[in-house]
Amino acid sequence: MTQKIKDASIPTIPFKARFSRWFGRNLLRIYMIFGFTYLFIPVAYTFAFSFNDSGKSNLIWKGFTLGNWQNPCGAPEVCNALGNSIKIGLLATTFSTILGTMIAFAIGRYHFKGRASSNLLIFLPMATPEIVLGASLLSLFLVFKINPGFWPTVIAHVMFCISFVVVTVKARIASLDPRLEQAAMDLYANELETFKRVTLPLVAPGIAGAALLAFSLSFDDFIITNFNSGTLITFPKFVYVAAARGIPAQANVIGSAMFFLALAIVIAGQLVNRKKTR
Amino acid sequence: MSLPKVRVPYLLLFPGFAFLFTFFILPIINLAQTSTQTPIAGGDTGQYEQTLAFSNYVQAFLDNKEQFGRSFLYATLATLFALAIAYPLAYAIAFKSGKFKNILLVLVVAPFFTSFLLRTIAWKQILGEEGFVVPGLRSLHIIGQQTTLTSTSFAVVAGMTYNFLPFMTLPLYASLERIDPRTIEAAGDLYANGITAFRRVTVPLSLPGVVAGTLLTFIPAAGDYVNAAILGSPNTKMIGNVIESRYFKIVDYPTAAALSFTLMAAILILVTLYIRKAGTEELV
Repeated sequence: MTQKIKDASIPTIPFKARFSRWFGRNLLRIYMIFGFTYLFIPVAYTFAFSFNDSGKSNLIWKGFTLGNWQNPCGAPEVCNALGNSIKIGLLATTFSTILGTMIAFAIGRYHFKGRASSNLLIFLPMATPEIVLGASLLSLFLVFKINPGFWPTVIAHVMFCISFVVVTVKARIASLDPRLEQAAMDLYANELETFKRVTLPLVAPGIAGAALLAFSLSFDDFIITNFNSGTLITFPKFVYVAAARGIPAQANVIGSAMFFLALAIVIAGQLVNRKKTR
Repeated sequence: MSLPKVRVPYLLLFPGFAFLFTFFILPIINLAQTSTQTPIAGGDTGQYEQTLAFSNYVQAFLDNKEQFGRSFLYATLATLFALAIAYPLAYAIAFKSGKFKNILLVLVVAPFFTSFLLRTIAWKQILGEEGFVVPGLRSLHIIGQQTTLTSTSFAVVAGMTYNFLPFMTLPLYASLERIDPRTIEAAGDLYANGITAFRRVTVPLSLPGVVAGTLLTFIPAAGDYVNAAILGSPNTKMIGNVIESRYFKIVDYPTAAALSFTLMAAILILVTLYIRKAGTEELV
């Protein structure tokens, strides 16, 4: 019976045409699958090799172990480097977020003489290659006989993070509906109250996003850090130096853990946002 | 508030700008000064005096023409590849992903939460001799027995493309997402087919994102040396590698400074011309 239906040649579109139509319709979807695969290959590789029972050099798969995850500080220096990166990241994030948010409010909220050149001053550090930022700052420290190390690195990170904070917060300020603040004023809130109870809560997600961006820029920075940190080891520096003789699997553990942590923070942030907008 | 209103923006600007002046502008001025110094006769290595030797620039440029050319070539290629990969991706997320929009957007950025050095080294190992790709391609006779994928210009450009991809995708997505779909429908009503509507409506409206994305990719790519150091060979050295080694290995500060300054000036000129040409005032 089934055979008969198949034989009763229903005028079907030839396979080739059907395929090309399907392909045209799903082209973007196929492209997305390829795109995301490309994006995630090295992440998957890093994650997989965090379970490698590798010993010192994590180059070839030698067997599955949870040991690296149970003892992430097992490799010498790796947790010291991680600690330094976190400390520098938190300090740089705090300072650059405060300074950058103030600038963003000035530029986003006021018309004043020198606004155009202020915008230029914010844009310039982003248009300067990292190696120039790092090298020039190191020369300045050398002139003033300041040894590269922890605080010079913090200063360097604050410097290159400020612009990114300004741009992020400014975009949020620009998207605010001015009527909300007017409404607050109509309800007899003075300027300070309006700012505290209306403006700031509305801009807060932008500031949080900027802080997250600043932390990830600082945490992941290698070039500027390499110039200004002297003998201090940060996590990227540790990886770079270790790369010559093979990175310990513990570095993969930390890299993967950072990935999942950041993912969790971003998703949590999105959920909070969604609840609020509902 | 009792403060006169005119002063408020300046008070807000002051701390941040004082910081940027001290740790960004001053260093650049100092760099300019260093770039024209020459070694002190009979001094130690690393001791220099100001002699206004502008010839440093000529010498530094002539010695490193190749690396300069390579930096700009690689950065241009990486920017174009990143644009080609990111545009459809950003387009799909902005217009075709429905309720998955936010999740997909997070997924685009997510890989960049793993340290970029770890990811670059992961590429090196995946594409290297110990990885499975090269032996696989060799046994299928797709590449020759001696061909390698790492230590080539191809690997360096691919590494840069990968590492700077979010800087391209995010601005593109931001400008595509802002497009009112009704403008595209209107093009359809005016008998434009899908391709024409895309070419004449979507692309021009997404141009600010293209400009921002290409700048944010090109600038760090031109000054990069990490990809070339990890994925390249001595034949793929970029200007960043030269500056780095002048600083740390040779302690030749004036040449390093002259090279840095030339690189910065070249980038600023290119960026200005590009922004003029693209006609967008809205940066980033």
